[in-house]
Amino acid sequence: MTSEAPLIEARSLAKVFHRRRLFAAGATGLRAVDDLDLAIHRGETLGLVGESGCGKTTTGRLLLRLIEPSAGRVMFDGHDLTSLDASAMRRLRRRMQIVFQDPYGSLNPRMTVGETITEAFIIHGIGDRTERQQRLNRLLDRVRMPRTAASRYPHEFSGGQRQRIGIARALALEPQFIVCDEAVSALDVSVQAQIINLLQDLQQDLGLTYLFISHNLAVVRHISTRIAVMYLGRIVEAAQTDALFAHPEHPYTRALLASVPVTHPSHRGRRLRLEGDLPAATAVVRGCRFAGRCPHVEDRCRSVDPELAPRPGGGLVACHRVADRTLPWSATHP
Amino acid sequence: MSDTVSTPLGETWRRLLRNRSFVIGAVVVSLIVAVAVLAPLIAPHDPLRNNFRTRLQPPGEIFWFGTDHFGRDILSRILHGGRISLIIGASTVVVTGIFGTAIGAVAGFFRALDEPIMRLMDAIMAFPAILLAMAIAAVMGASVTNVVIALSIATTPHTARIVRGSVLVVREMEYVEAARALGASELRVLFRHVLVNVTGPLIVRLTYVFAIAILAEAALSFIGVGPPPPAPSFGNIIANGRDFMIVAPWITIFPGLAIIAVVLGLNLLGDGLRDVLDPRTRI
Repeated sequence: MTSEAPLIEARSLAKVFHRRRLFAAGATGLRAVDDLDLAIHRGETLGLVGESGCGKTTTGRLLLRLIEPSAGRVMFDGHDLTSLDASAMRRLRRRMQIVFQDPYGSLNPRMTVGETITEAFIIHGIGDRTERQQRLNRLLDRVRMPRTAASRYPHEFSGGQRQRIGIARALALEPQFIVCDEAVSALDVSVQAQIINLLQDLQQDLGLTYLFISHNLAVVRHISTRIAVMYLGRIVEAAQTDALFAHPEHPYTRALLASVPVTHPSHRGRRLRLEGDLPAATAVVRGCRFAGRCPHVEDRCRSVDPELAPRPGGGLVACHRVADRTLPWSATHP
Repeated sequence: MSDTVSTPLGETWRRLLRNRSFVIGAVVVSLIVAVAVLAPLIAPHDPLRNNFRTRLQPPGEIFWFGTDHFGRDILSRILHGGRISLIIGASTVVVTGIFGTAIGAVAGFFRALDEPIMRLMDAIMAFPAILLAMAIAAVMGASVTNVVIALSIATTPHTARIVRGSVLVVREMEYVEAARALGASELRVLFRHVLVNVTGPLIVRLTYVFAIAILAEAALSFIGVGPPPPAPSFGNIIANGRDFMIVAPWITIFPGLAIIAVVLGLNLLGDGLRDVLDPRTRI
């Protein structure tokens, strides 16, 4: 890991969603993100994985301050986002963007592609008419869309093309950091590959930093330099991609990696299966949040919350038994 | 599929033209509007001129729809009456459209104001619209303006509720979040991204408001709190003919048929628009 300061960093970040009810007294909220620490370094692609509902998307939104955190801070290149006023935040938005999952819901159906992409210039008062047009053309070229697309409406394009348009919009302000929230999950596999290649080319050309949120481990492994595994609103393990896949330490990470279907029949070994469901995020958890489903659980796991600590082979992991090296190797990862 | 929400104008227009109830409704309504606009040119008689020698004439060659107890030509009165009824309907649509959209948009978009605004709307909605309109018109006195005000107050809450519901859906769309990520102001998000995408349900609702207003105007006139005589409206022609219903049923039948035609046309138009523009009502 580099010693240089991270581009964006979450410190003890938390988001609790409260149900809006008139007469609810002392209702416990849904803790989507709970005391989360995360650092993303310049030029890297951090893959954020975890099962549905673990708070991946909320984390992405919090990092961009699209939603207000309940607690904690987000530092972007030395600025504390949570303390910025509206106009300072607006200026900083030029440096951070987002690409969405749903290529149908992420484009305003009543705006042409050109209007959608150039809206950023209007908001930030960039350029005059001709310069905006030039920039628009360059952006369309960059995402490999025909320039004629500008005057057409989103519904005239396929899912992959719409995703390119969404990427062009995200690039319009020349950001440094882009959150890709399940950016390829809604696409066909062949189209997925095209979009991933595009994202990687853009990263090389423009020196972008990505937070790549996905539940698709194969995709994340391909694109990420580093991976963070999230469980119930918190990071349980983070390491370089190769290290994580070669030696997953946290029992949840092991189960997650073991859940990837193996295509070759002779490679099918014993599968590590998790019992039970994700506990309700409204429940107040004592101890390790994975304790209820962990095959290696001990008494202390139910009472003491493990901290993120350096993990063998680099990175961080939050598990008592990894920390004192009493966790047995699982059958799937000899 | 989501294409139903996201069709731009050309495609929407093609689908509307394939929708039978929209086409029939549009033809009927256009005809009625054309006739009302051209009333002074095509009406065979003066709608206000009394003639005691032609009192209570049944439909015939000179008076196609007969005459009333003042000897006024019913056909001419219906043609002219259509103007007032349509003006009331159209004005109510405009006023309700403005206030319903504004109130619904504010309630749906600025969530802190949602509860107070919508509880007030619920309170107004607790009264049947026609009773409310009657009460307001009775208090304010009979005039075209007051009828429009009364009907607008009665139809605004439901319109606001529809707009609010659509705003609640659209404000959660990812393109709204994308606009925020670009740094768009809340007003920009509201006007450029949210309101433009709630027009479908709103247009549908306003078509019904038009029909409701024309029916309600007739009801208000019938009980005497509508536009004052002698100027004809569908409602007060019927109200005038009420005492002669047995001996001269044509005075009430023909304006009644006119109301049926307008309301039927508007409802068909609204149904067609709803089928094409508002996918949530689709099966």
